[in-house]
Amino acid sequence: MISLGHYLALGALLFAISVAGIFINRKNVIVLLLCVELMLLAVNVNFVAFSRFLGDASGQVFVFFVLTVAAAETAIGLAILVVLFRNRGTINVDQIDSMKG
Amino acid sequence: MTVQLAAFYAFALVTALAALAVISVRNPIHAVLCLVLTFFSTACLWLLLEAEFLAIALVLVYVGAVMVLFLFVVMMLDINIDPLREGFARYLPVGLAVALIMAAEMITLIGVRRFGQAIDSPDPAIAAGTSNLEWLGRELFGNHVLPFEVAAVVLTVAIIAAIVLTLRRRPGTKHQDPAAQVLVRKADRLRMVKMDPVTKERAP
Repeated sequence: MISLGHYLALGALLFAISVAGIFINRKNVIVLLLCVELMLLAVNVNFVAFSRFLGDASGQVFVFFVLTVAAAETAIGLAILVVLFRNRGTINVDQIDSMKG
Repeated sequence: MTVQLAAFYAFALVTALAALAVISVRNPIHAVLCLVLTFFSTACLWLLLEAEFLAIALVLVYVGAVMVLFLFVVMMLDINIDPLREGFARYLPVGLAVALIMAAEMITLIGVRRFGQAIDSPDPAIAAGTSNLEWLGRELFGNHVLPFEVAAVVLTVAIIAAIVLTLRRRPGTKHQDPAAQVLVRKADRLRMVKMDPVTKERAP
């Protein structure tokens, strides 16, 4: 049978993959945003697994809210990305240093 | 090995491979498409957990709306990929090391005993005599109605913020200003002139 540990291990694996992605794609804002989405997905997997394991609906309700906040975060992040590209002509993280003191 | 366990391993393998592809492919558009595959196979995993509503919501809302928005933006930006890939080989060892250590630590914390805790209790929604949708809806609109409304406010703030951020007034374009149109008064446009009547002289 599928156990709770299977789902928790998958969530941990997805989280570790997205952390590696943040390390190796440090210059590309688009992939950084994708990695954040992947992290939230890993957390959601854990929530759903625990909700099913404990028979408690609160876990699935929380996944609903996490999806809402992630959608809002994506919309604002992409808006910032579009404005950034319009003003600077690049999305390279190394060149976004105009606020450096 | 039951059919469910085989299905779990298949979907989990696809999920993990697609997630690896997201962080390693060269083209951002391919990365977004791989993330779509990750979300889709995760939705299949949630169906195995009998969380039907969230699985369908993940496909419809997340893949259908959020990821398509991502694709739109990535395709609109004309990006030169090469400078963005510079640090890839340099940061690969440290990234892999951190990720491996994190994964090892978390799986150790989860422990071997969790793999013995089978999810074999009956589905709580079925046990309560309802469907997953009704079970979730009663919890959402019963105990969590205030957070639900706060989530609506968050989405409204997000849409206003996104519009305000990307709004651009270019000088020189011709557009109407409704506020100025409404505020206009008669005296601004019309000038009354008092003058004597004038007769036009007829030509002989």
